[in-house]
Amino acid sequence: MSELLHRYAHARAGDKGDRLSLAVFVYQASHYSWLIDQLSEANVAALFEHRGVSQVTRYLLPHLNGMNLVLDDALQGGVNGALNLDGHGKTLSALLLSMQVTSPPA
Amino acid sequence: MTVVVGCGAGFSGDRTDAARPLVDALMSYDAPRALMFETLGERTLAAAQLRRIKDPDSGDEPLLEEFLSPVLSDCLVNHITVLGNFGAANPNAACRRIRQLAKRLGHSQASLATVQGDDVRDRLHELDWLAWEGEKRALSTLEQVVAANVYLGADALIEAMAQGAQVVITGRVADPSLALAPICYHHDWASDDWDRRAAGALAGHLIECGTQVTGGYFADPGVKDVPGMASLGYPLVEVERNGRLIVTKPPGTGGLVTEQTVKEQLLYEIHDPSAYITPDVVIDLEHIRIKQLAKDRVEVTGVRGKPSPARLKTTVSFLAGYQGEAEISYAGPNAFARAHLARETLRQRLALRCPIDLRARYDLIGVSSVFDGDTQQHPQNRDAASDIRLRLAVEHSDKRVVELATQELLALYCCGPAGGGGVRRHHTQRLKTASYLVPRQQVVPAVTLHKGEGHE
Repeated sequence: MSELLHRYAHARAGDKGDRLSLAVFVYQASHYSWLIDQLSEANVAALFEHRGVSQVTRYLLPHLNGMNLVLDDALQGGVNGALNLDGHGKTLSALLLSMQVTSPPA
Repeated sequence: MTVVVGCGAGFSGDRTDAARPLVDALMSYDAPRALMFETLGERTLAAAQLRRIKDPDSGDEPLLEEFLSPVLSDCLVNHITVLGNFGAANPNAACRRIRQLAKRLGHSQASLATVQGDDVRDRLHELDWLAWEGEKRALSTLEQVVAANVYLGADALIEAMAQGAQVVITGRVADPSLALAPICYHHDWASDDWDRRAAGALAGHLIECGTQVTGGYFADPGVKDVPGMASLGYPLVEVERNGRLIVTKPPGTGGLVTEQTVKEQLLYEIHDPSAYITPDVVIDLEHIRIKQLAKDRVEVTGVRGKPSPARLKTTVSFLAGYQGEAEISYAGPNAFARAHLARETLRQRLALRCPIDLRARYDLIGVSSVFDGDTQQHPQNRDAASDIRLRLAVEHSDKRVVELATQELLALYCCGPAGGGGVRRHHTQRLKTASYLVPRQQVVPAVTLHKGEGHE
């Protein structure tokens, strides 16, 4: 079944220049390996393709049941250079959580 | 021994009544204490530089009195050191204002210190520059540089405390250093005790965005519920000599401190978690442990440190053209179609009237305001709506082009689809920032102690 990632994970966005970082954590430790499958660098790059992302780098933090995703150029100018109302990209944690995912194994 | 640090502001626009409950809580600790204010971002520093250029007495934090007046007196009396980067582009101006405030409150003897040396605007040609890893623009290509500020570390702040400063006023200092300084000073950690310095810097990182670690910016109703959103408690961190730290908040305040709120803030604005670079230490979060000890008390252990970097990050601010924004609303029956027509009309008009290098973006607010790319739509969330605001954002090197573009939106009042109204237009000169690295030894922080009346 297809669902929103929002049901299983929480996230926070941060920015430095034109670089966006998205910290993502599963609520349940048992979902962590599933999260790793869902949020491959390629899948995340596809989700942000329309934002002009040039590279996605993923850092896994198994002891926190989380990961840090670093996206280059997705802010299209960043806080001092974007035309977007949200130049920081603060709302983009919610864009990540709007990703359609297959349900984790029970 | 434990050192306790509170954070009374996480950014320049933060709640100005936040510090009072923090200081009440700090006063209840029988331990060395400090209160930090972090009010300087990449954007706020650039804006402060522009204010200083217009008025040499300006360029510090505009809300300085609002942040400090409710608590300064109690901090001075109770030996709670205040540290803030509220000096922004002009620490001397902030120092004068704090001196006046302290006098008004009956503390003319207060010792204040300014930390400078971050401003390298006049040294652009003598420093050895390297582009930061995420930076694609060469420094030599930047025209109209208005500011260049190095991220200083904690050492100069520690020196200011050693000289007896009760309030330490800085410009660009790395956010975590504002907490690391009093922690290092009181614990007397060696300058190469990297694991402990990493713990102290991480303590600062966790609290430097204020309520982002105490439930603010965390609430998601029904999923991540947070009590008392209108009375959020700002964070306190207790740091033991061995580097163990506990994040908490004042009793009786809203918000919450949980493993989840701490985890979200732990990685905030960090890239590689095994190498979070600060001027003071490179922090390694690979082995960190986070544990809820009690309600609103979370322990963080296992942080490791590596030697501080040889180069320091520097933000260079430069003027780069103009931005214009304009909006018009369409509501009621067929509003979506009318807003669409207005957007297509505007596109055609700008193609006809403006140079090809005009950078433009269109938003239909009510349907989409933030998720779309500049030129491509987000594939989801395409529902029709009945109250649409068409937003145009443009950028160009020539102010007249920007004004012409937004004037085309204004012209939709008479020319455009039926029932458009509520136009707003706004133009600003664009101040952009770029990041570079300079060798640490070329940067010379300077501490100036300003003793109050009655001192020898």
